[in-house]
Amino acid sequence: MRFYEYEAKDLLRRHGVPLPQSRLAHTAEEAAAAAAELGPVVLKSQVLSGGRMKAGGVKFADTPDEAAAATTEILEIAINGLRPVGVLAEEKRTITQEYFAAVTYDGRAKLPVIIFSDMGGIDIEEVAEQHPEHLSRTHFSAARPFSDYIAKNAVAAVGVTGNDLNALTRIVASLARIFLQYDLTLAEINPIGRLDDGAILALDSHMDMEAEARRTHQALLKELGVDDDDNRQARPPTPFEIAAAQLDAADPRGVAGNLTEFDGNLGLIIGAGGGSLTLFDAVRQAGGHPANYCEIGGNPSVSKAAALTKLICEQPKVEKIAVMMNVVSNTRVDIVARGVIKGCIEAGFDPSEKIAIFRIPGSWEEEGFAILDRYGVDYVDRSVSMHEAAARAVAKMQA
Amino acid sequence: MAMFIRVDIDEAVQRDPALCRQLVEVCPVDIFALEESGRVTTVEPNLDECTLCALCWEAAPEGQVNVVRLYRE
Repeated sequence: MRFYEYEAKDLLRRHGVPLPQSRLAHTAEEAAAAAAELGPVVLKSQVLSGGRMKAGGVKFADTPDEAAAATTEILEIAINGLRPVGVLAEEKRTITQEYFAAVTYDGRAKLPVIIFSDMGGIDIEEVAEQHPEHLSRTHFSAARPFSDYIAKNAVAAVGVTGNDLNALTRIVASLARIFLQYDLTLAEINPIGRLDDGAILALDSHMDMEAEARRTHQALLKELGVDDDDNRQARPPTPFEIAAAQLDAADPRGVAGNLTEFDGNLGLIIGAGGGSLTLFDAVRQAGGHPANYCEIGGNPSVSKAAALTKLICEQPKVEKIAVMMNVVSNTRVDIVARGVIKGCIEAGFDPSEKIAIFRIPGSWEEEGFAILDRYGVDYVDRSVSMHEAAARAVAKMQA
Repeated sequence: MAMFIRVDIDEAVQRDPALCRQLVEVCPVDIFALEESGRVTTVEPNLDECTLCALCWEAAPEGQVNVVRLYRE
């Protein structure tokens, strides 16, 4: 769940991170009042999307009248289809050096990681590729209390010394603690600016909270003004996604939903302890174009698996479906096999034609394979990797 | 129409009201239901949900309740 910049900065402020003075404005009049109070300001669209500067969502104003005019313009600009909820009017400062700091999870190391650079303000991937000596990666434990020396190491690793090192250590340490305390998946400040008077401030921030943590942090979200029904998705759910959510909610047995629509032609029925993400990536890596992401697992009923399959098969863009999971122990292969075959048939398709591949090894697989044999569905067992199964499904699409 | 499972109930079961009620009770996916007459019958939409748990055929004397896997025939 992504936070608006003004909310992320609220979190930073609560943890003592120095920030420029700012006011959230919902109207041109409020922006003018902010400029009258703060002096020259930068006005930033509050929208849950990147690319604000390029889209005209960031403007500068030296007077209240200019601030009002700029705010009127910004509030009219939809960025990547999203309308701003307001404009953050922030005092304009002269920056002499920009830094980058982020805390996120490193999936390979299975640890949180601080990413720090003395080349802030630009695309960090570009820094990593072209100036790796200007970027540090410092892993730390999510289980132990965070110590400032970890932040200091991260900052010092790119050669920062003196007053900047001390000030940046405090900011990065606060960022790491915010990340851990609020179950964030990303806490980023870019840029952190050193001003002409030597002060160091957080100038822009992007934070994402793990969606499952919303309940844990209800009190904080309430303080920030985030309503329970404010889902913070990048776009409104599509009818396909809504239908999938409804069928998942209608039957408490297992999971067959959490569907996200994509533009491709290969419908995916995937799952198993992170297997869905791996399989989705594997399809893309093999050159395939998924029509959807979804999650199936926890032993859904036959009717639930069938309903999801039918829904996916009925999408006009879906040419074939791939049914793939990691090795399953809490989901029965035969039950899923029955469901997907039934769903195909109910949607008016021949399972042997519509199902590009079935790769769910695990409990009751012999029974499942007997069902698949009966309906002529192409299946593989655990001797075929998830990546190979995905590649075979993609190859069938291209045949 | 069930595609994968058929349950055959022997007529002998129908002469035992207690067994009829027991079949309804033991099935975790509600495949059995009692008719007003007290006879036990199967619920068509639930047949394919059968988990092959064996509780029904173990509740009845041998051979009186048979769960048929249609895909094995």
